Amino acid sequence: MKNSAKKSSSVKKVLKKIKPYSFYLIMALVSAIISVSLTLYIPVLTGNAIDNIIDKGNVDFASVLQILAYIGVGIGGVALFQWIMTYFTNIVSYRTVRDLRREVFEKFNTVPLSYIDTNSHGDLISRVINDVDAVGDGLTQMFLQLFSGIVTIVGTLVFMLTINWKIALVVVVLTPLSLFVAAFIGKMIHNRFTRQQALNGEISSYVEEHIGNQRIVKAFSYEDRAFEEFEKYNDELLEVGFKAQFAGALANPSTRFVNALVYAAVGIMGALFAVAGTLSVGQLSCFLTYANQYTKPFNEVTGVLTQLQTGIAAAGRVFEVLEADNEIPDNSTKEIEHCEGNVKIENVNFSYTKEKPLITNFSLDVKSGSHIAIVGPTGCGKTTFINLLMRFYDTDSGKISIDGVDIMDITRDNLRKCYGMVLQDSWLFNGTIMENLRYGNENATEEEVIAAAKAAYAHSFIRRMSDGYNTVISEDGGNLSQGQKQLLCIARAMLTNPSILILDEATSSIDTLTEIRVQKAFAKMMKGKTSFVVAHRLSTIKESDVILVMKDGNIIEQGTHEELLVKGGFYNKLYNSQFAKQ
Amino acid sequence: MIKLRRYLAYYKKECIIGPLCKLFEAILELLVPLVMAGIIDNGVRNGDTAYIWRMGGLLVILAAVGLCSALVCQYLASKASQGVGTRLRRDLFLHINKLSHAELDKLGTPSLITRITYDTNQVQQSVAMAIRLLTRAPFIVIGSMVMAMTINLKMSIIFFIAAILIAVTLYLIMTKSIPIFEKMQKKLDRISLICRENLSGNRVIRAFSKQKNEKKRIDNSTEDLAKTSIRVSILSALLSPVTYIITNVAIILIIWFGAQNVNAGNGMLSGDIIALVNYMTQILLAMIVVANLVVLLTKASASAARLNEVFETQPSVCENTTENIEISESESTPKIEFDNVNFTYGTGDDELEDISFKIKRGQTVGLIGGTGCGKSTLVNLIPRFYDATQGTVSVDGRNVKDYPFLQLRSQIGIVPQQSILFKGTIRDNMKWQNKDATDEDIINALKIAQAYEFVSKLEKGLDSFVEQGGKNFSGGQRQRLCIARALTGSPKLLILDDSFSALDFATDAALRKALRENTKDMTVIIVTQRCSTIKNADLILVLDDGRLVGKGQHDELFENCETYREICLSQLNEEEAKR
Repeated sequence: MKNSAKKSSSVKKVLKKIKPYSFYLIMALVSAIISVSLTLYIPVLTGNAIDNIIDKGNVDFASVLQILAYIGVGIGGVALFQWIMTYFTNIVSYRTVRDLRREVFEKFNTVPLSYIDTNSHGDLISRVINDVDAVGDGLTQMFLQLFSGIVTIVGTLVFMLTINWKIALVVVVLTPLSLFVAAFIGKMIHNRFTRQQALNGEISSYVEEHIGNQRIVKAFSYEDRAFEEFEKYNDELLEVGFKAQFAGALANPSTRFVNALVYAAVGIMGALFAVAGTLSVGQLSCFLTYANQYTKPFNEVTGVLTQLQTGIAAAGRVFEVLEADNEIPDNSTKEIEHCEGNVKIENVNFSYTKEKPLITNFSLDVKSGSHIAIVGPTGCGKTTFINLLMRFYDTDSGKISIDGVDIMDITRDNLRKCYGMVLQDSWLFNGTIMENLRYGNENATEEEVIAAAKAAYAHSFIRRMSDGYNTVISEDGGNLSQGQKQLLCIARAMLTNPSILILDEATSSIDTLTEIRVQKAFAKMMKGKTSFVVAHRLSTIKESDVILVMKDGNIIEQGTHEELLVKGGFYNKLYNSQFAKQ
Repeated sequence: MIKLRRYLAYYKKECIIGPLCKLFEAILELLVPLVMAGIIDNGVRNGDTAYIWRMGGLLVILAAVGLCSALVCQYLASKASQGVGTRLRRDLFLHINKLSHAELDKLGTPSLITRITYDTNQVQQSVAMAIRLLTRAPFIVIGSMVMAMTINLKMSIIFFIAAILIAVTLYLIMTKSIPIFEKMQKKLDRISLICRENLSGNRVIRAFSKQKNEKKRIDNSTEDLAKTSIRVSILSALLSPVTYIITNVAIILIIWFGAQNVNAGNGMLSGDIIALVNYMTQILLAMIVVANLVVLLTKASASAARLNEVFETQPSVCENTTENIEISESESTPKIEFDNVNFTYGTGDDELEDISFKIKRGQTVGLIGGTGCGKSTLVNLIPRFYDATQGTVSVDGRNVKDYPFLQLRSQIGIVPQQSILFKGTIRDNMKWQNKDATDEDIINALKIAQAYEFVSKLEKGLDSFVEQGGKNFSGGQRQRLCIARALTGSPKLLILDDSFSALDFATDAALRKALRENTKDMTVIIVTQRCSTIKNADLILVLDDGRLVGKGQHDELFENCETYREICLSQLNEEEAKR
């Protein structure tokens, strides 16, 4: 019950998305009615024509010709409106698909970042691509088959009733039978189909894991064991898939059987009536055609049943994303026009999950122009601190302000314009190197871009690439090493000329020699500006004004390199561990 | 498509009997109009009610027999298609398991994943459809034509012309729309790419406030796809109306010429006209099915081509034997020896040039050098992930090419750069190297890897669940678990490929200390960029731009090797480095 309620609500929501295209939909419906009615009327004409052909020397050619002319016009009408119906239906479903994709995509950039962090990207992409596609398929099928099917059923009944209500009654009596068969099989498909889909999902995820990490599988000679496990899923899929497919395949022959029975019944009764003289041969002929047409929609609906059900299930998955909560809307009571770089953090608390508090009662006052380094063991909250500064996540309590303005009072865009950042995970998009470097500053001139690339020590390898700055970065960034990618990200950040610079393990993949040079470039760039640097390599942060030592979400020590060494605390231990005698 | 037909050979019985059943059903279906014509011409005209009932009964029997044979066909079709799909998936998985790194690089793992899932499904579906429908439709068309010929030879010309016209229409519309379908697929890939980028780069996009730009990108690419889709639908929507026109014009002609025949009295009856019209309708219905089938088959043949590409890719690194070979483990034989090794990926410059060195049993060796100098490539040659282009790599005195993979790789524990764990429990993951490892072995390994402390704090200990990729653990934890995973098998050779990068220095040091104490007989190769990590190694190899520029111990290298000295001084001051 709950399930069916959910189903219908998904359908309703999809229908709401179609609203803008009601015009096309109505036109398609009108076309369906016209073309189906004409399709149904043509057998009447055919029957009439045959009635005018009695036997030798007894053919009314004038009437036949006239009727054939009508048929000809009818055919033209059917063809035209059938085409319009299909075309308009496609327009509706393709545009709805487009709108749904855009909406889901827009959602990616408006949900809180935690949503992106905690959901599988593969799954989200599959919703944009496969699920929306399934919704589109379902829509097309629904309009084409269901509507024209209903029009056909109603239409054939009307025609049959006007020709001979008694035979029509037989057909009406037999109707529940085909409906029953269709419904029964539909139910059967649905359950098995869901199981099959679930298994398909499991196989995909297993394959993604073990083929995706094939290198590790090989390194551990795990191939045979991986294959054994895969076989388990595969065999189960064979069993379930076979059952699902066979069950689904039952629908068509079964409904066709019902179809044939109706046809036989109509034939017998029609013939008997014809013998009795209440039905002409021509009328019988078109009655038979109707009997055929009448049951066809039942066939076809069972044929697309799986598609409809997949569509409904997929719509559910799409709306799940669309209905996720958005970020708290921007509050723009204030605006920072020119950022000085004073950062003040007061009593901030934060946790990703309620049970595990991460940052507790964190306070820090950073004066414009100072260089702050953050060190500490993994999982101590360094990256979380960056997340809070940039409002990727919002604090649970406490206040962060820049130049005295609470960052909750300005728009995120305004806040983030103050920062330039290079993250541990070097992200570039599938475009040219030039486009990537200009990402943060579209108006940068070519000279400026090259100057930034030089400062980041990226110029020489860019120049060596096949198309220099116009080289397209491949989809997985495979034509660049991790270190090269990081250098590009650094150049990209340098072009933005921010007031506050954030470096989160920005140089972790670069060899130390290059790193030192890049550090110098940073130092030049950051003269007089505020910077936050997260690093493992203590060598890179010795010169910082303040070193924050974090542990378990708190600052346990702070001071300059020398001060902290003298203090002999955690930092001292951390630092000296580099030289521990083995 | 044709190349994959060997899979159908496994299901010969199904592939022959299935279509035969369908043919039988089609024959029965074709008899129906004939019986009906009999009812009209004999029963109705002669007022023979008994005949009508008898023939009516025959119709029911025909329907029932038809149902049975259709069910048999569906059963066989399901069996064959699911079987083919399962076998394809299995063989693909096996084949991919055999490919070496070079081929994986070329094909790309994301693409392999779609091939094994999406593309096999396409082929699987097409097998079922082909068995069920492919023989039926042409048979109905041909059968209808034959039946038309038995009724009236001259009139059947109309059937021939209609059939040819329909075939031409099908051909024209298909050849015009297939290229557009292919374009659509590429446009969909583009949307998928933009989504992937937006998810993985979400922080950067937000940090640069580029949401509007990204929206514009997706708006353009979705608009592009919608336009192309709608354009192709103008064409594909033509298919049924045109078929409809052709068959119905044929019906007009049948009636017209039929009328003349009946009038002339050359043996044709009005029942014959009804039968002919019915056969023409059958053709129309069959052609609609064919039209749908053609779309499906073109899609499937594109998929089949993608699968074949995988099957035709031969592994570049092959086993020369599966029998274990004899090795020398004497003190005098080096554990690992590189002799004038050169390596290049494909056509580019040499990645490694003229590398020669020996590693003694039980030594701890550091491999250091800048970004992209070839460190990882060098260690990848030892377990034969790639083969050296020139020169030989030997383990225990034997060329690695002489080993069976299992004998070679099972003695090597590798900790890859990327710390990836697999879905399952911690225990499952720890058993990757040695499936018979006891809990004691595992705990021991975890202790050495400095991972036992946090694992033992977990509520379920070794039974704690690991999500795909190990996402529920922090980077540092993952890296330590990966080290423990390699240690559990007590490998004779341990390769740590930049495996300490996510560890802080204290953990790094503790780990190295534990390694040293617990793995006396183990030969350890540590690839790193931190000189402090390998300062105390028995042997340090210094790589620069693919060449070995120094080998020896810290003190002598610091004095004599310029590259090494530079690296050290970039990380430590002179005094620290000498300490």
